[in-house]
Amino acid sequence: MWYHKPVINKELLQSLPNLKIVASSGVGIDHLDLNLLSSYSVKLSNTPFVVSTDTADLGMALMLASSRRLVEGHQMAVSPDTEYFPADWLGAELSGATLGIVGMGTIGYKVAERAKAFEMKILYHNRNQRNKEEESAVGAIYCKKIDDLLHQSDFVLLSVNLTPQTHKLIGKRELELMKPTATLINISRGLVVDQDALVEALQNKVIKAAALDVTYPEPLPRDHPLLKLKNVIITPHIGSATKKTRRLMMENMIESIQAGLTGLPIPNEVL
Amino acid sequence: CRVHQWDSEEPVPRAELLAGVAGKRGLLCLLSDRIDREVLEAAGPSLKVISTMSVGFDHLALDEIKKRGIRVGYTPDVLTDATAELSVALLLATSRRLPEAVEQVKNGGWTTWKPLWMCGYGLSDSTVGIIGLGRIGQAVARRLKPFGVKKFLYSGSRPKPENATEFAAEFVPLTRLAEESDFIVVTCALTPATQGMCNKDFFARMKKTSVFINTSRGAVVNQEDLYDALTQGQIAAAGLDVTTPEPLPTDHPLLSLKNCVILPHIGSATYATRSTMAVLAANNLLAGLRGEPMPHELQL
Repeated sequence: MWYHKPVINKELLQSLPNLKIVASSGVGIDHLDLNLLSSYSVKLSNTPFVVSTDTADLGMALMLASSRRLVEGHQMAVSPDTEYFPADWLGAELSGATLGIVGMGTIGYKVAERAKAFEMKILYHNRNQRNKEEESAVGAIYCKKIDDLLHQSDFVLLSVNLTPQTHKLIGKRELELMKPTATLINISRGLVVDQDALVEALQNKVIKAAALDVTYPEPLPRDHPLLKLKNVIITPHIGSATKKTRRLMMENMIESIQAGLTGLPIPNEVL
Repeated sequence: CRVHQWDSEEPVPRAELLAGVAGKRGLLCLLSDRIDREVLEAAGPSLKVISTMSVGFDHLALDEIKKRGIRVGYTPDVLTDATAELSVALLLATSRRLPEAVEQVKNGGWTTWKPLWMCGYGLSDSTVGIIGLGRIGQAVARRLKPFGVKKFLYSGSRPKPENATEFAAEFVPLTRLAEESDFIVVTCALTPATQGMCNKDFFARMKKTSVFINTSRGAVVNQEDLYDALTQGQIAAAGLDVTTPEPLPTDHPLLSLKNCVILPHIGSATYATRSTMAVLAANNLLAGLRGEPMPHELQL
């Protein structure tokens, strides 16, 4: 299945008595009820790792686009109303700024590897601390308490998975702990952020800007305030959107399905 | 010293510039100010120092300036990081189709997720060709390396092994760079040799899936040929921070292309970098006026 359709519920599983395996695209499994699948003896696989590089790349793309005002700049460059480029039109550079990564899994770590080359200072918050070699390879400093990360970061990037523990991880309280000059970047899941609190924080300049590849729902309703805010960039969940990666995801899913149908060990099985 | 200032975000009109330089000892200018024979004549023999707030100097008529014994200051190094950063930002925005995607979100074109919708090109395992492996070119390569680039190629007037070893970059003829690169970034100076270098032949050699990025000077690219290459599918997309002229006329065909991302020449446009450039340009000027060594003097 691609994205989160069809909805895997009791009705569907009852109507497919011979179903052996659900192969889900992408790494996220928040749209699936694992207990339900297990109760019908249906196996589950996802496609982790293969999506990591493109998603990390997009995280960097969003951070850069936001900080250097690329969307605005492009609009100015192509607008028929533009007579000249103002001499004092400026953005902020990544060099020397602090990036706080919330969720240092495969994707979060790849973001750190990229950000280091831009001379960013890197903080991270994770359930567990990474080992010394991994930390020093990217110069990342562990923040056991997310508050410490939020206080110090110029950019806060979310790359956690969505679980009951990370649902609304970033709410009004967390946004107020962030610097008023900080930018929130979300490449995880829309529900990791309290979206209404985010709208308010952006409107009241509690934080400077946001760049989101994920929202809740997707797409947002046409009249949603996030679509109207000037300091927000929203992309349509394209984290893994390259032909090459989508092809690899498909190959992964086929492999898992074939193994599932023949009773062999399933690559990328979710247990 | 007494300063006569053009105090506006708009470029100084030509007539104003010609009137303003008359009888002045020093001139602090931007890259959008063409300092040619006409300006130098208007200034007269009093002009001793020109300080440009840029690293590029293609807007300065160096032969005429040298003839008159005028010294020139410029701002290399201090803008390298900001410009390299913007070059990579543009590469990512172009190859992942950011402006297009943002537009689809705003205008309701995004109805539902589809596997092949809005797919772009990834850097992982790619070959990157850098035209001009100078300060900015190297800084670009440094930033691209952790994106999983498999190979760096570079072209220029001559091999620069001291710059290339960090990236194991291979010096190749321009034709080979065009043929083998998945991403091409142009970061060379504009000179008679590089003028119009990226032309029909160049684009014809590029891969259909390749992305072309120019953050050097607009005149390095033949814009008509680029337009043809983009519309005929010879290359996948282009990202330009620089064009000829800037801005492009409102009816210019490049402005209508979905696969062409254009930025308003913002390579060095950050608060920190422009402040540093401004102070350096001022210090270059003052040193020149005092007859002292400049922090960064352009050797003529």
